[in-house]
Amino acid sequence: MKITKREVEYVAHLARLTIGEDETEKFTSQLNDILVYMDILNNVDTAGVEPTTHAIDLTNAFREDRVKESLGAEATLVNAPDAFGDCFRVPRVIE
Amino acid sequence: MTLHQLTIHELQNMLRDGEVSSREITEACFERIDAVEDGLNAYITLTRESALRQAEHADGLIRAGKTGILTGIPLALKDVMCTDGVKTTCGSRVLEHFVPPYDATVVKKLRDDGAVFLGKTNMDEFAMGSSTETSCFGVTRNPWDPERIPGGSSGGSAVAVAADECIAALGSDTGGSIRQPAALCGVVGLKPTYGRVSRFGLVAFASSLDQIGPFAKDVEDCAIMMNALAGYDPGDSTSVPVDVPDYREFLSRDIEGWTIGIPREYFIEGIDPEISAAIDGVIGAIEEMGGKCREVSIPHTKYCVAVYYIVAPSEASSNLARYDGVRYGFRADDGTDLLEMYKMSRSRGFGAEVKRRIMIGTYALSSGYYDAYYRKASQVRALMKQDFEDAFATCDVIVAPVTPMPAFKIGEKMDDPLQMYLTDIFTLSANLAGIPGISVPCGFTKGDLPIGVQFLAPHFGEGKLLQVADAYERHTNTERRRPAL
Repeated sequence: MKITKREVEYVAHLARLTIGEDETEKFTSQLNDILVYMDILNNVDTAGVEPTTHAIDLTNAFREDRVKESLGAEATLVNAPDAFGDCFRVPRVIE
Repeated sequence: MTLHQLTIHELQNMLRDGEVSSREITEACFERIDAVEDGLNAYITLTRESALRQAEHADGLIRAGKTGILTGIPLALKDVMCTDGVKTTCGSRVLEHFVPPYDATVVKKLRDDGAVFLGKTNMDEFAMGSSTETSCFGVTRNPWDPERIPGGSSGGSAVAVAADECIAALGSDTGGSIRQPAALCGVVGLKPTYGRVSRFGLVAFASSLDQIGPFAKDVEDCAIMMNALAGYDPGDSTSVPVDVPDYREFLSRDIEGWTIGIPREYFIEGIDPEISAAIDGVIGAIEEMGGKCREVSIPHTKYCVAVYYIVAPSEASSNLARYDGVRYGFRADDGTDLLEMYKMSRSRGFGAEVKRRIMIGTYALSSGYYDAYYRKASQVRALMKQDFEDAFATCDVIVAPVTPMPAFKIGEKMDDPLQMYLTDIFTLSANLAGIPGISVPCGFTKGDLPIGVQFLAPHFGEGKLLQVADAYERHTNTERRRPAL
């Protein structure tokens, strides 16, 4: 087993997902298949290879720091599931 | 021939000569949509009223002689690009009601150019899929056989073009999501070089791989679309400030003396014999045109599925963290505290494939596994990039299949994600290496399903791709076949 049911539950928690019993079983089996397949990468000798996280060699993209018009509170809040005044409203965080 | 069946370049001439108005073309497209859309489900949202307003505006521009590249041409947009005031769902319940307050850069460019937007097309949820089956708005059907998938994730855009429900369309390609549905639906699709087209306003899936590109009815239209799309955008820090050529200049040229690389790792056991035969036919045609074919090697091809399905889900797990039910998107209302609210919203909002990829990515990036998965995959990615650099030192372009099989049946691979991932084997490498690729129709199976051929070029080699694809298209000179609908 590459990944156990308990690990699947833990990863779900890290990803802020709640998954039911059936889904946990299914994900455990599917993730195992997928992770077993990934083992083929162990056949590649990567000693001393610099990882590529980006396909094009770019250095930092700088721009001038100029004040420009921004979206504004009204447009920003238009898609908010819950808003109050100029704020996004969420369930109580602090007891 | 009715208006909706025509190409951009045919319509441009007619618009310029006053033979037709943009309004008439737009109405013809909607009539076609009304006639066939129920059986196809290519669109999530149709924007009839605004499209007709845009068409009238375009007609005004044409009368005033202020014509841009795509003025008056009705287009479809994959529902992954933000459109000011028009729902952008990404095929997900999470964004079912999301109305962006701004345009993606590509949308703005086309809008400023006077293009007409017919609507937003169906796609796999958050572009994660190879079949357009994971959309929460239902599957899109292949117009050549409605029992089969159109490919994905940009299945809706491919179908809209194949079924003449638009003149051309935009898609996005993270691991083949333009080229693969283009091949399976019998249209032209181009994935540009990473950084060639702005990603600003494209809902992010895997940021080091995502790229926007066109679907078109022929290669010339594809070149015209690229003229409208390509270019540096200060809003996208990964877009590259290099000059954009006039892509039409690469058309009507020959490829005499070109060296075409045939990567031996792409002609593997398990590839459908009808697809092999069709690609052999393309190689024969290239030789007839004076191109020299030689074998090249992309030694790490067999690892691309493993690399991709670590890198893309890792980036996705990070990108999709933003869907927390706070600023926009779906929120489950019954969470008692903030953590519960996050978890309930994400669990009910995301579909199974998106959750699966978030899980793979979260695992691959988690403490203790990062080196074994994400870092290892990124190292192999570096080797793959080098493979292509070595191959392109000895050839102008590479020719390869797009898919190992023609369109499969709806539902066939939904319960086996790994089998679904393996169908992407020929398209993933281009995204990992950041190089451009084009898919061009090259025949049909005995069962009348389209087959596509893929050309790959070095970074910023879109002109080469259009040149070889156009030369091939002219050489075969077959009239475009249309699905019977």
